[in-house]
Order: sequence, then structure tokens, then C-alpha cells
Amino acid sequence: MLRFFLSRIAVLIPTFLGVTLVAFLFIRLLPGDPVEMMAGERGTSPERHAELMARFGFDRPWWEQYASFLGNVLQGDLGNSIVTKAPVLSEFLTLFPATLELSICAILFAILFGLPAGVLAASRRGTIFDHGVMAATLTGYSMPIFWWGLLLIILFSGILGWTPVSGRIDLLYFFEPVTGFMLIDSLLSDQDGAFMSAFSHLVLPTIVLGTIPLAVIARQTRSAMLEVLSEDYVRTARAKGLPTRRVVGLHAFRNALIPVVTTIGLQTGVLLAGAILTETIFSWPGVGKWLIDSIFRRDYPSVQGGLLLIASVVMIVNLLVDLTYGLIDPRIRHGR
Amino acid sequence: MAAEIATRPPHPFVEGWHYFKQNKGALAGLIVFVAFVLIAAFSPWLAPYSPDAQDRAAVLVPPFWQEGGSTAHLLGTDAVGRDLLSRIMHGGRWSLFIGLVVIVISMSGGILLGLCAAFARGFVDTLIMRVLDVLLAIPSLLLALVVVAILGPGLFNAMFAVALVYMPHYARLTRGSAMSELQKDYVTASRVAGASVWRLMFRTVLPNCAPPLIVQATLGFSTAVLDMAALGFLGMGAQPPTPEWGTMLADAREFILRAWWVVTFPGLAILISVLAVNLMGDGLRDVLDPKLKRS
Amino acid sequence: MSESVHAEVHIMKKLLLASAAMLAVAAGSGAVEAKTFVFCSEGSPEGFNPQFYTAGTTFDATSETIFNRLVEFNYGETTLGPGLAESWDISEDGKEYTFHLRQGVKWHTTKDFTPTREFNADDVVFTFMRQLDKNHPFHAVGGASYEYFDSMGLPELITKIEKIDDHTVKFTLKEPEAPFLANLGMDFASILSAEYADQMMQAGTPEKLDNNPVGTGPFQLVAYQKDAVIRYQANPDFWKGKAKIDNLIFAITPDASVRFQKLQAGECHLMTYPNPADLEGMKSDPNINLMQQEGLNIGYLGYNTEKKPFDDAKVRTALTMAIDKAAIIDAVYQGAGTVAKNPIPPTIWSYNEAVEDVPYDTEGAKKLLAEAGFADGFETDIWAMPVQRPYNPNARRMAEMIQSDWAKIGVRANIVSFEWGEYLKRTAAGEHQTLLMGWTGDNGDPDNFLHTLLGCDAVGSANRARWCYKPYDDIVVQAKRVTDQEERTRLYEEAQVIFKEQNPWATIAHSVVFKPMLKSVKGFKIDPFGGHQFYQVDIEE
Repeated sequence: MLRFFLSRIAVLIPTFLGVTLVAFLFIRLLPGDPVEMMAGERGTSPERHAELMARFGFDRPWWEQYASFLGNVLQGDLGNSIVTKAPVLSEFLTLFPATLELSICAILFAILFGLPAGVLAASRRGTIFDHGVMAATLTGYSMPIFWWGLLLIILFSGILGWTPVSGRIDLLYFFEPVTGFMLIDSLLSDQDGAFMSAFSHLVLPTIVLGTIPLAVIARQTRSAMLEVLSEDYVRTARAKGLPTRRVVGLHAFRNALIPVVTTIGLQTGVLLAGAILTETIFSWPGVGKWLIDSIFRRDYPSVQGGLLLIASVVMIVNLLVDLTYGLIDPRIRHGR
Repeated sequence: MAAEIATRPPHPFVEGWHYFKQNKGALAGLIVFVAFVLIAAFSPWLAPYSPDAQDRAAVLVPPFWQEGGSTAHLLGTDAVGRDLLSRIMHGGRWSLFIGLVVIVISMSGGILLGLCAAFARGFVDTLIMRVLDVLLAIPSLLLALVVVAILGPGLFNAMFAVALVYMPHYARLTRGSAMSELQKDYVTASRVAGASVWRLMFRTVLPNCAPPLIVQATLGFSTAVLDMAALGFLGMGAQPPTPEWGTMLADAREFILRAWWVVTFPGLAILISVLAVNLMGDGLRDVLDPKLKRS
Repeated sequence: MSESVHAEVHIMKKLLLASAAMLAVAAGSGAVEAKTFVFCSEGSPEGFNPQFYTAGTTFDATSETIFNRLVEFNYGETTLGPGLAESWDISEDGKEYTFHLRQGVKWHTTKDFTPTREFNADDVVFTFMRQLDKNHPFHAVGGASYEYFDSMGLPELITKIEKIDDHTVKFTLKEPEAPFLANLGMDFASILSAEYADQMMQAGTPEKLDNNPVGTGPFQLVAYQKDAVIRYQANPDFWKGKAKIDNLIFAITPDASVRFQKLQAGECHLMTYPNPADLEGMKSDPNINLMQQEGLNIGYLGYNTEKKPFDDAKVRTALTMAIDKAAIIDAVYQGAGTVAKNPIPPTIWSYNEAVEDVPYDTEGAKKLLAEAGFADGFETDIWAMPVQRPYNPNARRMAEMIQSDWAKIGVRANIVSFEWGEYLKRTAAGEHQTLLMGWTGDNGDPDNFLHTLLGCDAVGSANRARWCYKPYDDIVVQAKRVTDQEERTRLYEEAQVIFKEQNPWATIAHSVVFKPMLKSVKGFKIDPFGGHQFYQVDIEE
């Protein structure tokens, strides 16, 4: 097991280095530069432009810049944003909990509805329910989520007035962030209604971001279940006269869980990508929106730092999924 | 791709169609998709107006069934008086074109990389796979955004970015199936018979890796359309006045409270076309993936 | 969305909010009901020291609320009045400005800083020397970029800043510069505390000066959550007297339609930059008061006058003549704009009413173009900005309309767009043929438009038409040197006439600024510079 663990980590190191290089090079390939963006319509003279670029250190050869960037990264320093002058890491860390909270809620929502829907559809194969689930999930899977978000806003916030339009909590509530998770912080704050307010702000973004993972999980669960249900030991169990519910619940479900866990792991990247759109639509103060803004502003340190951090999150989640998978299924850890 | 399949005995193809036909959803998807293709192909003749014609006397006219609407503009008009129906019909061309181009670029690139990795083994294999790992570690839309930002916003740059982002999927898939095919006797046989590496790659091994690639391609088509629409929505995809659906949505967003139709219809067009392709993909997978067949 | 349902939801929502507000107050201090004003702003501030930054969101959150300047623009006007300086004298030669400072001005008390003295000349000298002197101990703190100070040309202009006594400061300039006083009313000239700076330097945390601001202004910063909310409380010791509201909250909401929805729901009192598309709905909403004013800006199409055929004034006039500006006002500005005939907006003094605009005349344009030797038209590019700006809400839509107008006179135009930074860089370098651009005034002085954007000095930066025309340039440079207002007015009026003969730009529109607010909001005035001030604002239930 240890060897399996170490080999996975060993694979990650070159990937991590690769990501630092990509993040670093990409941003320098971008046309335009931060100095130009700050000057706006007024423009700057070439001399002043050169002076400012030199002040940020952007005039040095790229490998020198990369070496110092990498050195700093290894010491946990991602540099300072050009726009706000604040450390990139601290900016990321103040915004990341919002993205994390939204992503966790979305994946929980997807599991909560997707798993049972998949199991039920598989156990009632061919019924109207099965067809209904399949049709609904395929629609969900095909949904342009930015449009879906707009429709939900029109319906629930605009016409019905049930949910708030944007933000994380009503402004009437004010407390210092402790964990950064609004649901938890609002409970800790002991203010009446704060939790409900935070919750109601989360509902629509959760649904929007959770739609595609929900569809994927339901479909994966269904097909994994079907596969398992057709295997011998399940047929034996059925033949022994065990009630279908027990067969499904105990034997098949546990075995079907493995591909489902993988799917959930694979959805992390999808979630983070979806978070960019969801945060844009709901004015959710998370890292996705921040990164887009940084790209538009040519804020080199923020973009390279942000890309690196997000990629690291994806890699860590994938590693964890890999490890759990290895724990469940011995064939994998002894394989190639 | 189709040529390779057709040169083989007709038997599997006919059998495939047989199973495909039984899947009503897939069949419905196919019909809708064909309808889309036809509408898109003949849009210059079918559409009531040119997609760029601005009728400045009829700005933001609602669809015909609503008060104030008229049958002159069945689905209403947008902010500068362009006919929405005509724009959506023409938009179909762009979406189909986008899906196709993205698949061709990403699949050919991916297949090439995957085959190289599988055949070369060793250092080259590791290098290619590590590079792909790096690309896969960055969420797809984010990577596409950065690439478009580098190349500058625009339809072709955005297509290239999306294709690049999905290339690793095809490469991994190809490498995986090619590796397992390479173990098989028929490959050894033709290698012993003196077939060149190129022949081995493209004639012997590749056709046998085709089924999963075809499934991936249909799914890739829908993700390509969705991601391009998302890029358009963020202002980084096709540029106005191109009637690309995502770009139309981005342009229409400010009217969300005032003119629901300019927001609703382009989105609906995206949803329906993607849904149709996904239905077809589902049917195809059932046909091509023997494990799930008739289970 | 039916009216009655909507109204009902609205009332329900208000009731809920009101009861929640009462609960919150009861749970909190238990004091008399505090007046809390919520402002739905469009973005986060870049930071909390206005000297570093250029964005309006930053100035709203800092200079307008926390800080004061030596001279300040009168509330809702472009004229100057006293601020932290009660009065000032300008020497005969126009090179020496002496400011007599206000006494009894208290600094904010925060958790990092308790002031031991009131505002004095040291603070003024510190504020400007930090930006001017490269060897000043604070110059490099926070990245050392003083974008506005530098780009207004002050490092070259100011030769000396002296403290005469505790309440008198003298600025000496290299040459007379009439707009100097107006520059000191700008946001970057906000006065910071020298005592706070010294304390933080000694504590080894100089960056706190910029991050945890201490000012003399009407509001004091309480808390900031990036991309979410900024909270202020009224400064009880403000030198003009405490503000009418007790708490001020900026709800950061980047999406315009979302801001509108929040306003409708009563979740904020005032919002910025509404969608032009929503204006109709706002006008008809009984709970919303829609204020409007012509903005201090100009949106234009510039010709690259160094490139053929745009070096010919006839061609420029012909193309200008072909543009249907009225249609653009309707479709692009959705009515929230007025046709522009001069390069400065009518709210600025010296605006020349007598100038006649180029008429919209397709046939006339064809004729003129034929006279210039282009009877069959030609092919060219229109560069369109990729971003929404106050002076042009949708440049691409505008470009599409101009493209179709020009097609009628045989000019085939391609629309070109680049990412914003790239766009700015390439247009400054003159790679374009024609471009959409615009400008929002900084200090309300005509010089800030007529010389900054069209003078020969600005070719290569802000003069993107690259128009250097000697007779014009002489006039606007001369107008900088004289201090007599009447003489300056005469010169600027003449400059506008020359501009219109030459047409280096097709002046398209001055946008109208709209500020939707709840009916209960009293005393708000639109700031012509685009900022937001809340000192005078009150809420009446």
C-alpha cells in the first residue's frame, strides 16, 4: 500500500512542476500587459511603460522570472497581485471557502438525488420511472448551465420571489468569518435567521452547479447497478429467495459504488469549471470569478498563482480518489 | 472513419443499426439532429430574413403569440431589430461547424499523440502522458479561457482552445486501447510480416480502437458545443454579429427582465441540439460497447 | 410577470425585511434604530489607498467616504470649493499656490491608531511628498505606483512643497498651469495622516497605512469582504458634522440585472450603472426614483489621421455624415444618451453651443466622398472595444450599426476587436484605421478633454486619432497658460470650431448617467465625475 501511495505521489511531482511552468508561460503569452490595463484610455508613454514593467520585474528574461517564481512557490510565496498589491495566496484563501462551500453543496445535492435515482431506475429497469430518470438526466447533462441559471433566476427570484438574487447572505447579518463557510459561520454567530438566510442564498447556485454532476452520477449509478445486478452472485442471492430490496441494498449497491466514487472524483474539475460560470451568474464571491477578472486585467501573479492553486486542488482530489479506489480494489494497487 | 467500418463485412454495421433502431431515444435524437442539419444547411433559403438585417422600426418585438408580436417575426426580434428565428437558424450552422471542427482537430491530435505514446513506449510515452496530465489538471473551461485570452477572442481561436482542451481525452483513450491491441496476436503477425510502423499504427491497430473513440466523439461534439457557447457567453467566443447561440445569449443577457424571448430561444436551441446528439451518442454506445449490449 | 403579483411579492419582501431588521437591531445594541444605507456597487475596490489606483469603485470606497482633499468639488457640481484648505492664494505669475488649512479637523480612531493631534501641514506635505519624492521612506511601500499623480504630469510640474507653518502649505510649480487647482480636487490627492504613517513605520507594518485606512472623512471603514461587502459607520466627529445615516454598506454586485432585482426587492437603496434595457421598468416602478444627468463623457469614433485616406478632412467629414447617430442613441444607448456635436460634454464650461453638427445625410456623404476621389468607396476596419464603458455601453453593437451605415456609401468596413489591454496598446501605437473610444473627465476642466485627448503631446498615448493640427494645438496650449477664466473660455470655444471643421473624430454621444434609488432616499445628488457620495444622503420611511 505504501509503495502504491508513494508511486502516486512521485507521478504528481512532475505534473506539479509542469503546471507551474504552464501557468507561468501562459500568462506571459497573453497579449497586452497590466501596465497598459491600468493606464486605460489615457495610455502611457513608452518610457514610462518600460519603467513600470521594470518595477514589477517583467523586463527580465523569462527563465530568470520563472526560476524566482518557482523558488518562491516552494517557499509558499505566490507573489503579490499587481492590481490590489495584496498577496495572491491570501486573496485566494479569502475567496476559496466560498467556492468550496458551493462545490461541496453541489456535489452533496448531486449525490443525494443522483444516487437514489440511479439505484431506483436500475432496479425498475424499463419502467416509466426508469425512462423518466434517463430522460431527465440526459436533459440535465445537455444543459448549458449559464442559461439554466438565468432561467432559474427569472423564475424563482424574479417571478416567484422565493429566493434571493445573489450574494451569500443577507446584508443585515454581520459577523466576522471564522471558517469561511457561511453556513457554519452563520450558526456560530448565533444570530436569528442568519442560517436560513445563508441557506436560501445557496439554493439556486447549488442546483445550477449540481445539475450536471447529478445527471452523471445518476446515469453511472444506474449502469453500474445494471452490470452488477446481472452478475452471478446477485443472481444467486436472488435465487436464494432474498427479497429484491435486500439484494439491491446490500450486495449490488456496495459493489456499484466503486465506479460511482471514481465518477465523483472526476467531477471535481468539472465542478471547478462550472463554478466559474455559476459564480459569474450569481455574483458569488469565489475564486472562479476572481480568476476571470485577473485574466482580464492581466494580473500576472494572480493568474499564475490562481491556476497553480486550482490545479493543485484538482490533483489532490484525484490523488485522494485514486487512493480510496486503491483501498477498495486491490487489483488496482498491484496493477501496472 | 466510416470508410474503415464499411470496408469490413457488412454484418456488424447492419447489426448495429438494428440495435440502434430499437433505442427509441437514439432514433428520436437522430431525427432531431438530421432536422437541425437540414435547417442549418438550407438556412439561407429557409430563414425569413438575413441574420444581420436590422429592422430598426421593429426592435425587441415579442414572439407572435404574445401581445405586440406579429407573424412577420415569429420568434420576435432582438435589440437592433434582427429576426430571432433567422438568427437561430443560421446559428445552427455555426454550432454544427464548431462541433465538427473541434472534434476533427482534437481527435486527430489525440489519436496521433496516443498512438505515438503507445508505440514508442519508454521516455516518449512518459513525456506525452505527463504533458497530458498537466493539461488535465487544469479545469477544462479555465484552460480554454486562458488559451483564448492568449490567442485573442474569436470563433476560430475559441475552437482551437476547446479542441486543445479535449485532446488529452482522445489521446488517453487511444493509448489505452492501442496498448491492449498491441499485445494481441494479429498485431504480432503483421509485425512479423514486415509491416511498417505507420501501417501498423493506422491500418492495423487504429481501426480496432475505433468504437470507444466514436462514442467519445459524439459526446465530444456536445461538450464542444456547450463549451463554445460558454466561451461565447463570457465574451471570449464568437464575436458579434456572428449569430452563434452562446454569443447571442451573452448579448441578450441585459434583457433578461424585459424581453424573455431573446434569452430563452438561443438557450433552448443549444439544449435541444446537444440533447439530440447525446441521445444519439447513448444509442451508439449501447451498440458499440458489447458489455452493455442487451444486458 | 404580472403587475399585481409583482407588487405583492414586493410588499411581502419588505415586510420580511423590516421584521428581520428589527430583530437584528433588537439582538444587537438595543439602541435607537440605526439608519443603514445599502449601496449596490458594481465591483470591489482595488484597495483602500486612492493614491495607487484609477478605478471608480476604489474612489467610491475610499476618497469619497473615508478621506478629504485640500480643495473639493462642490456636491453635485464641477466647480471647486474649500476642503481641508479653507482658502488659497495664487501668485501673480501663476506658479505659487499657498493653502491656508482648516483647524480642528480630527482623524479617525481605529483599532490600529489613536490620533494624538489634529490635521495639520505635516499631513499635506507627507501625502504629496510620498508620491513626488522617489527617496521618500513611504514611496516604495505598496508597489510604488502612483498612476494618477504621474499621468496628470505632476512629478514634472511640482518643483517644491513647503510647510510655511502648521496651517500653511506652499506649492511651487515649474510653469503656470491653470488646471492645477482642479487636479488637487481629484481622488488621488486625498490627504493621509503623517502621524499614522510614522507609527506604522515604527511598528514595522507600513502597509497598514494603505490597507486599514485612517482618514478625516464622513465615514470610517468597519469591515471589508472581498467581492461581497464593505461596511462603514458614520464618523461622529466629522468636521462638517455627522452624516445623516449611521451605517453605510456597499453590497458588491457585479451584474447589472442582479443589482436591479436587489433594488426591486428592497435589498439596496441605490444602485449604479443600470442596464439601459431596464430603464423602462424602473421608470414605471412606483417604488423607484430614477435620477438622471448628462455624464461628463464623450463616446466617439476616431479616424487614424496619419493613415490614408483619413488624412483627408473631406473623407472624415463624409464618413461622419453617413452615420445615423440618432439610431445609435436608440439602439446602443437605449435612449440613455444625447447626440454629441462637440468633443466636450455640455456640463463643462466653455461648451460651444454655436457649433453646428455634421448633418446625417447619406447622399451628401456620397458626394463628398466622390469629391475626395473615392466614388466607389473603399475598404477599411472599425475597431470596437471589447468592454462596456460608461461612455459606450455596447461598442460592438455600435460598430455593427456604423458598418451598415457606411455600407450605404460604398465603404466596406470590417469589425475588429482585441482584448482590452491589447486594444489600448495597439490603438495607442496607431495600428487601427478607425476606432471606437471615449473618455470620462477627471477634473471638469476643458483642458482635460481638448488638450489631453487631441493635443500633439498626446499622440502615442491618449490622442488615438493621432491628430496633430498646429492651429488647434497652439490654442489649447495657450489656454493652459492663462489663468483668466474669460480668456480661457474664448480660446476653448475657438478650439471647438476648428475641431468641427477638421472632424478628427465623429462625435457620437454623451451618455446619460442614471441612478435608480428607492423613493425613500433623500438628498442624493449625482456626481458629475461618476463617483458616489453619501454624506448628505438620508432615508425617510
